[in-house]
Amino acid sequence: MDLAFTKEEMAFREEVRAFFRDNVPPATRQKMVEGRHLSKEEMVTWWRILNKKGWGVSHWPKEYGGTGWTSVQHYIFNEELQAYPAPAPLAFGVSMVGPVIYTFGNETQKKHYLPRIANVDDWWCQGFSEPGSGSDLASLKTKAERKGDKWIINGQKTWTTLAQHADMIFNLCRTDPGAKKQSGISFILVDMKSKGITVRPIQTIDGGHEVNEVFFDDVEVPVENLVGEENKGWDYAKFLLGNERTGIARVGVSKERIRRIKDLASKVESGGKPVMEDQAFREKLAAVEIELKALELTQLRVVADEGKHGKGKPNPASSVLKIKGSEIQQATTELLMEVIGPFAAPFDVHGDDGSNEAMDWTAQIAPSYFNNRKVSIYGGSNEIQRNIITKAVLGL
Amino acid sequence: MDFDLSEEQRLLKESVEGLLGDAYDFDSRKKYMKEPGGWSKAMWGRFAEQGLLGLPFAEDDGGFGAGAVETMIVMEALGRALVIEPYLATVVVAGGLLRQAGSAAQKEAHIPSIIDGSKTFAFAQLEKNSRYDLADVTTSAKKKGNGWVIDGEKFVVLNGEAADTFIVTARTKGGQRDASGIGVFLVPANAKGIARKGYPTQDGLHAADVSFTGVEVGADAALGDVENGLPLIERVVDEARAALCAEAVGLMDESLKSTVEYLKTRKQFGVAIGTFQTLQHRAADMFVAVEQARSMSMFATMACDFDDANERATAVAAAKVQIGKSGKFVGQQSIQLHGGIGMTQEAAIGHYFKRLTMIENTFGDTEYHLRRVTAGGGLVK
Repeated sequence: MDLAFTKEEMAFREEVRAFFRDNVPPATRQKMVEGRHLSKEEMVTWWRILNKKGWGVSHWPKEYGGTGWTSVQHYIFNEELQAYPAPAPLAFGVSMVGPVIYTFGNETQKKHYLPRIANVDDWWCQGFSEPGSGSDLASLKTKAERKGDKWIINGQKTWTTLAQHADMIFNLCRTDPGAKKQSGISFILVDMKSKGITVRPIQTIDGGHEVNEVFFDDVEVPVENLVGEENKGWDYAKFLLGNERTGIARVGVSKERIRRIKDLASKVESGGKPVMEDQAFREKLAAVEIELKALELTQLRVVADEGKHGKGKPNPASSVLKIKGSEIQQATTELLMEVIGPFAAPFDVHGDDGSNEAMDWTAQIAPSYFNNRKVSIYGGSNEIQRNIITKAVLGL
Repeated sequence: MDFDLSEEQRLLKESVEGLLGDAYDFDSRKKYMKEPGGWSKAMWGRFAEQGLLGLPFAEDDGGFGAGAVETMIVMEALGRALVIEPYLATVVVAGGLLRQAGSAAQKEAHIPSIIDGSKTFAFAQLEKNSRYDLADVTTSAKKKGNGWVIDGEKFVVLNGEAADTFIVTARTKGGQRDASGIGVFLVPANAKGIARKGYPTQDGLHAADVSFTGVEVGADAALGDVENGLPLIERVVDEARAALCAEAVGLMDESLKSTVEYLKTRKQFGVAIGTFQTLQHRAADMFVAVEQARSMSMFATMACDFDDANERATAVAAAKVQIGKSGKFVGQQSIQLHGGIGMTQEAAIGHYFKRLTMIENTFGDTEYHLRRVTAGGGLVK
């Protein structure tokens, strides 16, 4: 047992850090620090820089453009990326549909889609949740019927993140209505420009537009857009959801936000002294830092385990990552609210044009707090995570 | 970065768990508790036979040259079995002080008797008003000829009833809370002027309040720098805190296991109560708390070897906070989920809860260590 990073790992961290310092566009970083939404162009520009470096799809197998890094190197890369901060590669393409395609797709699909995912030539979104199918995803109703060389898709997806930017959507569709609910589902790739698709924005409580409803009205999709076997889509979906176990803790994101809390709390005064000098506040913050350190080590235990024994049998501690990771992210946004106090109130005083610079430092704090309530809901709500622990770990 | 145990460490874990599995069930523990001094001499002898008492000592001193990880492995196993023998007081604390600061003669005089199990030690540190502050010392050590005269009172000295030797913190100069002017002294328990009043503690261990009245010791009693012993004390107490964290992880692990077992077997409304989601989620939260504690116990173990004393202190304090919180949650919920049975002396689960509770209040509680973390500037720099 040796819990220290090796010299090589520390050198790797320096290399990654230096690359971010020299290559992330400063305006992109600044927007991230302030919790603002990035434009599509800002994100794609950065991802293409990353891809040019060969780090765009770092965890893919080498033959498809991956780096061959160790699991500890992946961990370091992600942590540094989140902590810098810079936008993480688009998960829907790189972490979700990409691995499904290179694992279950045919050669034509691999050749066509994988390089386009890596270079974000296609922006992907995820067609999983439906109005009636949230935690009980397998109850989904969107239908795909085979007619000649086409699938005809009808139904509705929701909570579709950044569908407004998307070129492609990977859809779970019911293809055998007679089968038991998990067994009649297929995994189908759909061009967002297809006739019959309507995207309707959903405005979330922070005022932002991240998620959408996507309606499918007799949408025609070529049969070759089915991935793997018909009616086996649920297996691919489970593979996809289990693929990214460790990124979900978002330790780097919380670290970066804690640095921001410390920075703001040393500038904002309360009772004639900086908030950071208030012992009660310091203790609250320290408590979160301790939880985060514990989470970081729990994550490293999972990472080291994967490195050694492969991803086949997940370390039981991996189910802790989502629950604690989301709780800590939320706690950091609450602390930011506490730091700025009454200046949390002004709504959208400047937009993104910087017209009221005096307020820049506070304007996104309340929206970010509101927005972060999502992290304990998406990706399998924290209650679902507890169900998983109950069944898979405790055997109850 | 490697969280796996080495082959030797794995064998150590198996051997200590094997020994305790055979000889340390809950009923045996009750018997051991009634022996003079409050623990089993025979069991201590078996620890010695298996080499557990010699683990952290250098090979030159007759030990195995093991490190903090090995101590973690042993302490976790001791926690799992609810062991009451004075491993922490003798091997971790006294052994640590001797290893770090003992002269060649002191090591030769004391370490072999720890390793072979013939002698045990007690750390006489806590005073009436010192609470968790290691620098708050009124017990005095005054120079007399070549030797020292010790006067003062120490409280809740773990293993104070049975110990052959006390290791006493005493002020050689300065005021009550000065960081400098503290010395560490080896004092035979049968020295003239010592009175001890032993008692069982809430968690089934034994301790004593010990008074020192004009106790004379020789020059060879002084361990390390008599005028600047605080860094030594802090270091060894941090090692003891890390060891307690590991013990607590063993206790929590076992508490969770026992609770889950109970949820599977206890029936109400015609079904196992573990089918109720409220209880399932509580158990899931206990699991999360245990895993977070396990991670921080490893962090504290790693921190024992940090070069920078402040970094070590902050890391160990952070671990003790996590263990305090997780231990309280797991302990309380274990009782709650066991229901009425959890409230009885005859069920083991309550004794796990009590030990976890006392660990929180040993060498600094959660609030105390949270303050230490803030004083160290936190963990995210």
